[in-house]
Order: sequence, then C-alpha cells, then structure tokens
Amino acid sequence: MQSALDQVLEKARQAGASRVHAIRLRIGALSGVVPDALQFAFEALADGTPAQGAQLLIEDVPARFWCTACSHEFEATRMFAECPDCHRPSAELRAGREMELTSLEVD
Amino acid sequence: MCQDCGCGLPGENPVGISAHHHEHDHGHSHGHDHHHDHDHPHSHTHSHGDATGQHRVLEVRQAILEKNDRLAERNRGFFHARGLLVLNVLSSPGSGKTTFIRETIRSLGKRLKTGVIVGDLATDNDAQRLRESGAPVVQITTGTVCHLEAEMVANALKKLDLKGLDLLIIENVGNLVCPASYDLGEDLRVVLLSVTEGEDKPLKYPPMFQSAGVAVVSKLDLAMACDYNREAALANLRRLAPNAPVFELSAKTGQGMDAWCKFLIQQHKVVKERDPLGA
Repeated sequence: MQSALDQVLEKARQAGASRVHAIRLRIGALSGVVPDALQFAFEALADGTPAQGAQLLIEDVPARFWCTACSHEFEATRMFAECPDCHRPSAELRAGREMELTSLEVD
Repeated sequence: MCQDCGCGLPGENPVGISAHHHEHDHGHSHGHDHHHDHDHPHSHTHSHGDATGQHRVLEVRQAILEKNDRLAERNRGFFHARGLLVLNVLSSPGSGKTTFIRETIRSLGKRLKTGVIVGDLATDNDAQRLRESGAPVVQITTGTVCHLEAEMVANALKKLDLKGLDLLIIENVGNLVCPASYDLGEDLRVVLLSVTEGEDKPLKYPPMFQSAGVAVVSKLDLAMACDYNREAALANLRRLAPNAPVFELSAKTGQGMDAWCKFLIQQHKVVKERDPLGA
C-alpha cells in the first residue's frame, strides 16, 4: 500500500492538486491482495497526507486462464484453474494478477 | 509496507543487511544498510469530500508494483550477464527451507559453487546455520516486512562475493501469501510443501502455488509419522502448478537429493548457454 500511496501522492503533486478525493484501483483475484486489508492499510498510511479521507474504489478483476486443449479462455472459479469443459488444469494465466492504479479524482 | 497484509509500518525498524565473514583474521565486518523513507507533503486543511465525479480526473494506469518489477528486471539482467542460476525459495515458516538449502549446497559440493541470501524479520540464526555448509551467506533482516523485495536483494548482492559463483539461492521470509507478489529477478521459484503441514496446503494458498516453477515436497522422512497422503498432495500440486516439476525429498536422510541436484546442474547449463543479450 505504501508504494500505491507514493504513486498517488506523486501523481497528485505533478498535477498540482492539493486534495485527493478518490483512488481507483484494479485488483486481480490472484494478486494476493485482500481489499479489506488494503483499505485498512490505506487509512493508516494516508493520515496526514493530501490523500487522507479519499475513497478507495476497487475494481475486482477475475482470474482468467487459457485452456490449450480446448483453445478457449475461461474464468477460474474459487481460484482453481480447471477448464470447465475438459476439466484439465491450466498453467496459462491470462488475467488476475493485476494491481493497477487506474485513476485519481483530485482538486 | 506490503500491498497484501499491511506489514512494515513506517517508522519501524529499517531493513538491515549483514554479512559476517567469520574467516577474517580481523574479526567481523559489519555492513548495515538503512532505508530512508521520503517525507510526504502534509496538508493541514482537511475537508472530507466524497467522490462525486465533480473533481478533476487523473488517468494513471500504472502497476502498483511497477517499481519492484523494474528493479527485479534489473536484477535479472545482472544475473543473466554473470551466468548465475538464481532460485527464490518460498514456503510457510518451518517447512525446512534452511535445512533444505544447506543440504543442497553440501550435496552439490564442487559441482556448483553456491551463495545464499536469506531473509527473516529478525536474527541471523538462519545465516549461521547456512554458513555450516561453507557457502558465503548474506542475511537480510526485514524488520516488520513479511517478504523480500527486489531492492533488498540488489542491496544484499553488494555484500556477496559473486566471483566464481554458479548458483544463488534466495531464501525468502517464511510466508505463503505476500512473497508471491514480489518478483526478485530469479530464474526459478521453488515452493516447498512439507509432509507435516497437510496435503491441502496448495489449495489454501493458490497464488503462491500457482506461481511455482518447481515444487518440492520436503521432510519425506516424516511421511509415515504424520500419515502423509502422497497421492492427494501430488494431485493438489498438479491442480495449481500443472507444469512445475515436483521433487520429493528429505534433506535429513538425503533421499531424493540426487535427482534435485541433477536438475539444478542441468538448469545451470541452460543458464550458462543462454545468450547474455537475452536472445
């Protein structure tokens, strides 16, 4: 969260903003990030910075895998990468590890 | 602070790196690196506005771990140029990483000259145990941080004599969650599952096991004592890491260590023959 906050403050500073009102993030299901923990850490860290009190708006990105046998992409359920058609496990992750700072709302 | 669990609150112990060379006549050489955090600009007027869409929108689209990924790529380039095979060894605390690494170094003997970087929150106990193998060891103490980052590894490398080394083993902090997100620049992620911790561990920690390049089932000598279900463990590993080779071994008795060492020697050959320009 510290590196995310550093990026937020840096971008806000570059844009000449004095307040950050909202922070949009994309978080993948396999990123290992727990949104609640992120929220908690954010509140602790943002205190006393221009991002204090900003809303964290988190977009969840589901884990998607590629099945080489069936040549199609599928969404993993409960984090297991098993093709719903042929039931073979896949090691080819296509999406789900994202931790991205998408945009900020500032003044 | 870590993205995942909120470890490493600012203002707590900084990361320390120490390489104590006991073979020196002149005692110890102490090397401690300190991180200095940046001060953030403070604004003392707080208006708690809501995100209403009336504010200016700044498009960013940047990976949060972009800095770590960049530094990891720099480490990777450095390792490639030196023809070093680099392992990032991960597991829960107490799965036997340190003993496994020490015995790997002993079994390899002169076939691969090995150095170790070991991460723990505190103490250099693991570094001392690893030095019993005769290999050069650098300990990183992370303070309250629950994982190693690429920058810590880059700093630790300065304390390690890499001349003549073929293999660098990085023992990560014992933790099956956060270290999964941090690339260190390694060639291979080695994830350990000891027979004592339950066959369903991979199912409980999918991101870590999914990121494994190699899976190692450790403490095989205790399999009988804890009713280890081999079939279930292997099925669970295959389910999450279908392409990762699995090595079942006991560092204590030496069972399975031969196959593991042969694998490392073969991997090192691949690294050695790799075009340093990455082609």
